[in-house]
Formats: sequence, C-alpha cells, structure tokens
Amino acid sequence: MNGAAEALLQVKDLRVDFGAHAVVRGVSFELFEGETLGLVGESGSGKSTLARAILRLLRSAHGSVEWRGKDLLTCAPAELRAQRRDLQLVFQDPLSSLDPRMRVGDTIAEPLRVFEPGLDANARARRVAGMLERVGLTAAMGARYPHEFSGGQCQRIGIARAMILNPKLLICDEPVSSLDMSIQGQIVNLLLDLQRDAGTAMLFISHNLAVVRHLSHRVLVMYSGKLVEIAAPDALFNSPRHPYTKALLAAVPAIEPKLKGAPAALRLEEPPAAVRLPAAGCAYRERCPYALPVCASTVPPLAEATTGHWVACHRSHEALIPLSLPA
Amino acid sequence: MIPTLSIDDLCISFPRHGAPIPAVQGVSLSIAPSECVGIIGESGSGKTQVFMAAMGLLASSAAVSGSIRFEGGDLLSADTAVLNRVRGSKLTMIFQDPMTSLAPHLKIGTQLAEVLVCHSGMSWRDAWSSAARILARVRVPDPKRRLHQYPHELSGGMRQRVMIGMSLLCEPALVIADEPTSALDVTVQAQLIELLRTMRGELGMALALISHDLGVVAGLADRILVMYAGRIVESAPALELFSHARHPYTAEMLKCIPSLSGPRLARLPTLAGQPPQPGEQLEGCAFAPRCPRVAARCRSERPLLSPAGAAAVACHFPLPA
Repeated sequence: MNGAAEALLQVKDLRVDFGAHAVVRGVSFELFEGETLGLVGESGSGKSTLARAILRLLRSAHGSVEWRGKDLLTCAPAELRAQRRDLQLVFQDPLSSLDPRMRVGDTIAEPLRVFEPGLDANARARRVAGMLERVGLTAAMGARYPHEFSGGQCQRIGIARAMILNPKLLICDEPVSSLDMSIQGQIVNLLLDLQRDAGTAMLFISHNLAVVRHLSHRVLVMYSGKLVEIAAPDALFNSPRHPYTKALLAAVPAIEPKLKGAPAALRLEEPPAAVRLPAAGCAYRERCPYALPVCASTVPPLAEATTGHWVACHRSHEALIPLSLPA
Repeated sequence: MIPTLSIDDLCISFPRHGAPIPAVQGVSLSIAPSECVGIIGESGSGKTQVFMAAMGLLASSAAVSGSIRFEGGDLLSADTAVLNRVRGSKLTMIFQDPMTSLAPHLKIGTQLAEVLVCHSGMSWRDAWSSAARILARVRVPDPKRRLHQYPHELSGGMRQRVMIGMSLLCEPALVIADEPTSALDVTVQAQLIELLRTMRGELGMALALISHDLGVVAGLADRILVMYAGRIVESAPALELFSHARHPYTAEMLKCIPSLSGPRLARLPTLAGQPPQPGEQLEGCAFAPRCPRVAARCRSERPLLSPAGAAAVACHFPLPA
C-alpha cells in the first residue's frame, strides 16, 4: 500500500450510509499514477457505491478522498468541477448510459464543450473524429444515434466520451459485464491501449475475476462495505489469504474437463443483506468455515501479512488453510 | 426410444419493414430422456428463440417452419389448449431474470401452488404443502415461511431457487434453463449449478441449458451445441468439445476465456470483428469474415453440419480431431 511514489488518489476511512444502512464502512486505499486497481466483490458489497463516493456523486459520504492533494469531499463546488475533468467514469450498461436522442458525436463532444469552451466547432469536430477512430469506430459514425450500434460499439462510445479530455483517472464500473465473451476482450484491450498511451490510472470494478487478474497491478477485494484483502494479482490468485477471497475464487466455474463434477471446494452461502450484518466482529464470520470465537467479537483490521499483501482476517497468519472442507 | 425433444429443420424469422429477417435457420437437434444438452452462442445467435418456439412463446409476428416434437407429439401445430397441458408441467422453462419472471404482487406460495392446482387438479391446501416440499427440495431455508413472502423479500439467488422449484413441481420430462445464472454473483451461480446437478440426479429430467458462459455449461452438460448466426455450427460431447473443438468459431471462443491460472497476459485474446447483423445474409459461411482458417470456398459455399465421429461440425476446413 505504501510506495515511494506520491499517490494520485488517497482514500481514507471512506464511509457511506444510506439511512440506517452502512454500505461502505471505512475503506482506505491509494492509487498511483498509471496504475490499474481491480476491485472485486459480490453485488451489494459496496463496489459501485465506493466509486460514486470517490467522485462525490453521493451526498452521504464521509472520510476523505484526497485527489492530488485536495479533498474532493470537502472542496468548493467550483474546485470539484475543475477536478472532475480528470476523473471520468465508464458505466456498465453501454446503451442506457448514452442519451438516445443525441447523435453519438455530440455525446462525445459534450465534455469538450464544458471543459474547453474556447475550442471552435471545427477543432472540436476533429477531436471527436480522432477519438472515434481511436476507439475503433469511424468518424462518420458520429452522426448516428445510440440505437444504431451494438452493445460493444456503445461501450466504445462510452469510453470515447470518458477519454476525450485525457483524464488522469478512469473509473470503470463493470464495463464488460453485459458484453459477449468475444467482445469483452476487445473492450478490455482498448482500455489497456488507451491507458498505456495516455498514462491514465484506472479503477476497474468487476465481478469477473479472470479479467481483473490479467489487467490489474493490484486487486482490492471488498466484502460488506470493507476491504478484506489487497494484493498483487499473482499473490492474490495463487495464494489468497482471506477465506472470502478463497471462496470467491473457488466459485468460478472451471472449463477444464478434469474438474467437471468435482465437489464444491468451499461452503458458499448467500451473501447477507445489509440489514442482516452481524452486530459485532467480522462481517464474513457467518459464512466463514474458519470462524473462531474472536471473529464474533472483534473486527479484524486490514494488516500487512507479507510485503504488499494486506488481509483483514484473524487467521491470516496461519500459513495453510485447507481448501477442501466437507460441505 | 422416443427423444424427449426433437427439432427438425426449424426456421424462425421476424418481419422488419415488411421483409423477413431470419433469426434461426435450419436448426435440427434432439434431446434424449435425462440428457443435459448445453446450447452456447453469443447474443443474437438464435439460441433462445429455438426454445421459445418449443414453448410456444415466440412473438406473434414470428414466421416459423419445420417441426418441434415433445415426447413424440407435435408442438408447433398444437393448439393452445394442448400446449397448456404440456408447458409448465412436463416441459418447463427457467428464465434469466428471477425478478421479472415471478409476479411481484403474488405470494411465492400462491405462485407455486397455482401450478399444481392448474396442472394436477390438486386442492389449494394440498398444493400449498407440496409447494413447501419443493422449496425444501431446492434448499430454500425455512420454506413454510417463504411461501408467505413476496418475491421482493427474497434475494436473487433465492428467487432463482424458487423458479427452479416451480419448474420441477410436476415432475417435468424437460427443463429449459435460459441463462439461469447470468444475472447472479459467481458464488450464487456456483450454488445454483450444484443445485441443478443434484436435481437432475434426483429427478432424472432432461435439461436444456442455454448460456453464453462456457464455464456454466461445462459443469453440467453431457453434450454441447454451438450456435452462430442462427445455425448450429458444432455439436459434440462436452469433454470432446472443450479438449478438441473442431469448428474454428468454437476454438476461438475457447481461446477468448481469460484464465485464472498460468501466466498473466498483457492483452486479452480476442476474436476480431462482430457477428453478422440481423438480416445480413452471407453467401458462404457466416463466420468466414472472422475466421482465421478462411479460404475462398468458405465465402461462396455454406458448409453443412456433417457428422464427424460422435460430433458434427459445419466447416469446410475443421480443426483436426
């Protein structure tokens, strides 16, 4: 978590409450320039809420989100607006995140109208045309409407809109989840190319663990509003330490035929509804096959188990936890 | 032995601006009793439409030809009264979204018991206790209390368990599961796949599993059909398909699945291009524009699905077995 380099984004003890429900419960992490952070977890774990809180799209966020030295949660609205040109978002549903009545060229041009009002119409059109080609479409397609495009093409348009201002941070919230397998790789590779060319940092939220493994520099695992494990992908996927991460990995269906029919390696139970969170202790303990009495009383802190590998589990120091248990 | 479901030369098209747009073109398949057949393909490949036709659930504008037989009886020409005796009881379907496939204003118990009252002529009292038994069977905790709840009170995984339970109430011969886990988390997905496996073992029904996720299909299916642009391009026993795909489309799809082990890649493997647009008719093979093995013949002459051992492949230049 700590490096010599200055963090671009520093999230400290971020909390979001919706009424009586705590959805994000004290999240801290850093994101460095050009870095890709993968964020995984089940639906309801607070991934998307965390992303929205970072961009101050929610009123009920507490804690601090330091972006290049400024706290986005407390800075003046004018300052926030100025910073937002460097913070862009790509959404899950590519079609519904585009205005159906706007030509896609105008959609892509809109950030330029807002943040570079001095640009004349010709220069703006050239930037839009260049961006369309950069994301694998043609300049002529800018005159069309969203319904004329496939899901994969709509996502390219959403990426073009997000990247036209060369942001320093791109937050992608499940950008490929609604796309077919053969299109997913194309979109992920496009994001990687753009990132390499522009040096953009990326927070990549996904429930597709395999995709996250390949593109992330570090991976955050979220459960019930808290980070339970942070590690480089090789460490996380080869030697996960948190029982929840182990369960998540074990649940990915295997293509390898030899694994077909193998009994489920871990006991997997329904994620708890937010209202049913245990009152004290570790939020995962009711599903955890390794829970000890201490898990019911004390929340395990996120601590560095080995260099760069952070785990929030009372038993993370135990070297070997058996993977297969009786169901 | 009469197959549970047999489909012969099924063609489905939908009109657009007066011209028919084909969605399914000449699909033939058969599912034996107790067999689990996986149907994979991308969105728009026609995989769902084939089974919507079997259920009599196609949009009324659809033009359908060919034949669909269920336990020997013709479904396509059957009138609604005949269809209604079969579907929902012996032939059932589970849909992707468990929220929209349950009625939001009716208790779970009412929706389950209704099936038995309609199809088996049970009294509501008996049907209600059978409904509790089926919920217990699909591992819904505290089934008696669940019967009195509404769909919104259940999690997505629980709702899909209820749907699976509902599909099993009348001891079906065939359950069609259309993307049954795609809307759910990977942990819940693993539980539901396990549940479907157990139910097949206990009840011995045939299962048609439609999915774009090869991993889901790999865990359950005996045999897999691959669809592309409205046609079946490959059919093979599951193990054979994953180890020795013959059709280049299947092979390329398998390569596109990012892995959880092995070296990490700087770029994900991809399949270039897009499937043909609806209504776009190619003279030769529909996959030719994206195919790494394409030759001149592929662009002029459409390959037919031809048997190759236990498998069948529609390709002029299939990969070696």
